[in-house]
Amino acid sequence: MERVPVLKIGDILLVSIQVDMSDQTAVQLQEDLAERIVATGCHGVIIDITALAIVDSFVGRMLSTIASISRVLDAETVVVGMRPAVAITLVELGLSLEGIRTALNVERGMELIAATRDDDHGYDDADEPGDQSTDTR
Amino acid sequence: MTAGVDRGHPQAQAIRSDEDVVRVRQLVRTVAVAVRLSLVDQTKLVTAASELARNTLVYGGGGTAEVSTVDNGLRRGVRIVFADDGPGIADLDLALTDGYTTGGGLGLGLSGARRLVDEFDIDTGPERGTRITVTKWSR
Ligand SMILES: Nc1ncnc2c1ncn2[C@@H]1O[C@H](COP(=O)(O)OP(=O)(O)OP(=O)(O)O)[C@@H](O)[C@H]1O
Ligand SMILES: [Mg+2]
Repeated sequence: MERVPVLKIGDILLVSIQVDMSDQTAVQLQEDLAERIVATGCHGVIIDITALAIVDSFVGRMLSTIASISRVLDAETVVVGMRPAVAITLVELGLSLEGIRTALNVERGMELIAATRDDDHGYDDADEPGDQSTDTR
Repeated sequence: MTAGVDRGHPQAQAIRSDEDVVRVRQLVRTVAVAVRLSLVDQTKLVTAASELARNTLVYGGGGTAEVSTVDNGLRRGVRIVFADDGPGIADLDLALTDGYTTGGGLGLGLSGARRLVDEFDIDTGPERGTRITVTKWSR
């Protein structure tokens, strides 16, 4: 089985999917990412799907699951590089990619993650239960 | 079935593992490119094929995908027949409903695939398994 590599760049884990993944490879990636988030303490995950010719319901569900898992592990996931034809097809397929944040490319994805972390932790690092106003999500 | 459709020599791909589902996607893409489907139509057809091939594997217990080119004199297209000898689909109307699943999926495979192609035909029953034929025409 092929395995998709996970790279650490600063505080971010970058996954660039370069192969047509079998379902098993997709499930493995989900597990690898969860482990790497915990092992590295990274707060951001960028999944680059520029090279993916299609996203079907299985891969779509995998992306949603990764976003949920990373949120539980205090990391933000952004999917970048979706091709226009893939976006059109996803909508017609009926897949909503629930809970997934997207950006045009890796650079924008990094900016989005940085901005989100600033919003969450901008004032002092203490959590302020009474102050929800800085949470823009 | 459309009358007067010329069928090119079909290429068959067995579906016995999830690696075979990847092979079905690759075969369908190659043929879709060869008949010059647009990029969006290629993407739609390969996505539909991926859903149907996975269903053939997961619910049908494996089977085959047969991919051929078709020509109706005006346009060319790609036709794919997915066949398995599995249990068949008990309630077809229900199975074609968005969100209906017996397998813990999203229930979008069948209904979504039908939206992504131009022609969609199912023959299913407990004694004869499931046979799904889809066609996508060039524009
Ligand atoms: N080849 C088949 N043989 C028997 N039953 C099938 C077959 N294909 C589909 N089904 C039935 O139809 C239901 C709906 O299929 P569909 O592909 O829409 O959803 P799913 O596979 O359950 O989820 P998803 O494809 O979104 O991950 C399946 O849950 C299954 O019960
Ligand atoms: Mg399915």
